[in-house]
Amino acid sequence: MIRLPLVLIFSSLLFSAGVYGVLARRNAIMVLMAIELMLNAVNVNLIGFAAQLKDVGGQVFALFVIAVAAAEVGIGLAIVILLFRNRESINVDEVSLLKW
Amino acid sequence: MVGLLAAETAEGAEHAAAAANWFVQNAWLIPLLPFVSGALILFFGARTPGKGPVYGILAVFASFVLSLGVLWSFVQGGGEYERSIEWFTIGPLHLEAGILVDGLTAVMVVVVTFVSLMVHIYSLGYMRGDVRYTWFYVVLSLFTGAMLLVVVSNNVIQLLVGWEIMGVCSYLLIGHWYEERENSNAAIKAFITTRIGDVPMMFGFFALIAATGFTTTNIGETTEAIAAGGVSTLFVTAAALLLFGGTIGKSAQFPLHVWLPDAMAGPTPVSALIHAATMVAAGVYLVGRLFEVFVVAGEDVLFVVSVIAAITMLGAAILAIAQDDIKRVLAYSTLSQLAYMVAGLSLGEEGFTAGFFHLFTHAFFKALLFLGAGAVIHAVHSNDMSDMGGLRKKMPITFWTMLIGSLALAGIVPFAGFWSKDELLVVANDTGTTWLFWMFLVTAFVTAYYTARMVLLTFFGDFRGHGEPHEAPASMTGPLVLLAAATIGVGFLGAPQLGAVFGDWVYFGHPHEAHFVSWIAAISTLGAVLGIAGGWALYRERRDPDPMQQALGPIWTVLIHRYYIDDLYMAAIVRPIRDRVSAGVNWVNQNVIDGIVNGAASLTRGLSHVVAWIDRNVIDGAANAAGGVTGTTGGLLKYLQSGNVQWYAVVLFVGVIALTIVFTRVA
Amino acid sequence: MNDITAQEYAFIVTAVVGSISAVAVVTARNVVHAALYLVVTLACVGITFVLLGAEFLGWVQILIYVGAIVILFLFGLMLTKAPIGRDTLDNQQKWLGALVGLGVFAGLVFLIQDAFPLGDAVAEAGFQTSTEMVGNEIFTRYVLPFEAVSFLLLAALIGAIVLSRKDEGN
Repeated sequence: MIRLPLVLIFSSLLFSAGVYGVLARRNAIMVLMAIELMLNAVNVNLIGFAAQLKDVGGQVFALFVIAVAAAEVGIGLAIVILLFRNRESINVDEVSLLKW
Repeated sequence: MVGLLAAETAEGAEHAAAAANWFVQNAWLIPLLPFVSGALILFFGARTPGKGPVYGILAVFASFVLSLGVLWSFVQGGGEYERSIEWFTIGPLHLEAGILVDGLTAVMVVVVTFVSLMVHIYSLGYMRGDVRYTWFYVVLSLFTGAMLLVVVSNNVIQLLVGWEIMGVCSYLLIGHWYEERENSNAAIKAFITTRIGDVPMMFGFFALIAATGFTTTNIGETTEAIAAGGVSTLFVTAAALLLFGGTIGKSAQFPLHVWLPDAMAGPTPVSALIHAATMVAAGVYLVGRLFEVFVVAGEDVLFVVSVIAAITMLGAAILAIAQDDIKRVLAYSTLSQLAYMVAGLSLGEEGFTAGFFHLFTHAFFKALLFLGAGAVIHAVHSNDMSDMGGLRKKMPITFWTMLIGSLALAGIVPFAGFWSKDELLVVANDTGTTWLFWMFLVTAFVTAYYTARMVLLTFFGDFRGHGEPHEAPASMTGPLVLLAAATIGVGFLGAPQLGAVFGDWVYFGHPHEAHFVSWIAAISTLGAVLGIAGGWALYRERRDPDPMQQALGPIWTVLIHRYYIDDLYMAAIVRPIRDRVSAGVNWVNQNVIDGIVNGAASLTRGLSHVVAWIDRNVIDGAANAAGGVTGTTGGLLKYLQSGNVQWYAVVLFVGVIALTIVFTRVA
Repeated sequence: MNDITAQEYAFIVTAVVGSISAVAVVTARNVVHAALYLVVTLACVGITFVLLGAEFLGWVQILIYVGAIVILFLFGLMLTKAPIGRDTLDNQQKWLGALVGLGVFAGLVFLIQDAFPLGDAVAEAGFQTSTEMVGNEIFTRYVLPFEAVSFLLLAALIGAIVLSRKDEGN
């Protein structure tokens, strides 16, 4: 009923927006948000193919992705808060110690 | 010589005509012994009691004995002997070391060893206390060996070796007392003047070698090649004249005679040995040994030779009458007598024997006269006859022996000089060379005159000098007596009345038959007596100034200045070369040659600057550039590691896109 | 079939809204606005899940993402004094990032076009699933990943606590 390419295009749109956000945003939390976008795009993809292939495994996998995303956000925010404590700023481009 | 010592093998060639006895076959010992003694005196002389002469005397005495043995072979009728060993070969040219012993050689070795022996013994007394006593004997031995080497050589190169050694020894001995500038100047003058004669002589030798097509240096073979007619007349003439150049130099003929009077600066024994009896005779010997060349060259060359001899003969004799220094008188006398010998040879085959006979006799009485003069000088401590006079009573042995020598020189019968001069006159007459005949005669007159003058001024009248002159010691008078005996005796070897055996030993072509011509003998005796009378008249009583001086007036001045020849040479040759040419050569050396060298150095320095620039900029530049490139690249690449995580993410995604393209499009 | 069905129509609307708000998330000037846009996006994704027949997952999406994760974000923003209305939120490589993002999008679209051309009748029959089905799969075929994920959550929990603890003394 829903044509697959449309689902996939929607998924890629979300993913590309997420890529832009990861590359271009300064605030660490904004970056995390963009990562969430990318993960959601992957989920849409998975569900789309699960519907197409009539396999529940896709949904199970998407469930796991959600779980992992939640864990990741938790840790990520903990790190961001730690970073904020030490540096009073969470601009990603100011945290560039691993440089020349 | 060493080669001869090293190999008595069958490597050599041996030619003998008739019986050649042991002495002849081993004649190479004769020059060897003095060389050995020279070395011994050099190394051990100072430590030997007596300081060294003993080696020299023993060696020369041994050589003298050997020489007598050689002569004995010829007395017995033996013939020519040649023996050689191959030294080495350059291409077609064979160089050998060898001996050639014929009558001429035999006579020469006897003369040289005998006179050398007398001089060795004489010098024991004369040179006693000298500052370089041992060295004197070293060079004396060396000289004797060299002269003997010249005389026994069978090839021109060996002869040349001996010739040059003689030149060096003469230089060393003339300049023996080199503390005086005058003496060393005289030595240099002698050496250089004879050198000027030696160079043409060497070219003459080369001509000889060339005539054989550069295959051999052997005297016999080269002269044969010339005689065989394989070369042009011009070539032979040139060769003869070039060889004669050596004679002009060594035997002090005009125009290279200038060194001999100055050579009197050396010790008197040296003058006796070298400049009277032996070395100056070597030039005459050269002509005789290579006489074939002169004969083939023809009349014209011989005429040139006789002209030069004639000029020297009379010119020197006239100079002798104006000298105050007794040694100078004898020096000019030697010049004149040498010219006699050369003139004799220039008369061709006939004159060969006569010329050498005169050489033979002259050696004895001239050596005698010099040694006697040496005794006189030793007694009065002055060379000048102005400081002498009346020594007849005080030095009897010296007087009588010198008198004998003087009579021989003047040509009074029965002394040696008479026979030899007479022979020359006979030959001149026989060959029809009338002008030379009269030259001989006139010169004989002058010779007698100045000889008388010398004897009178020295031994008669009142003593004009200082101090108390006394007779010389036995070491000096002994040789005088022996030489006087020889002077009396040897003349008879050429006397026609007694068979003139000398002509059987020394000849060219065929043995010479000497004959006695009474009118010639009469004329020569008359001339001599007149000369003596003239001298007696003028110099019986010593008068100041010299009576001839008043008589000749301005000519006397010319004589005193030796015809101004020395001054001419000085101005025309010596000064331009010494001052201009040397300066010029020096300029070339300093500026051109050193300039080239310095230029090369500057060029190299310049090149090195270029190389350094290349090294610094190009090579180091490359090295530095390599580093620089790396640095720059690193500088650029460092931006990849910005530390900015988002930048890394960009790179990551770009990589993903690229891989996607690769895997879908390319794969 | 080339007709647009009702579900597809609803999906298109949802997709458009979701895409616009996704773009708004990454370009908003205000971080709080960005978070709120994120809510919208996530909700649209949830609706998509339901439209595609995954009702359990749609519910989980709303519950977890919108209900928990966005709240976490907002708490994070509060605790880190998120800059509100002050200097720009984009860094220097904004344009480069836009380029890359567009590049990624183009690449993906190309791949999709290549594999599943829109013109073909590649539709999906609505595959209606139930929670029961999902639960079945989880606890039979995918039980090990399930256990692994639970460990992961535990580790995340502990980690978060450890990390955000203040240092006691020096």
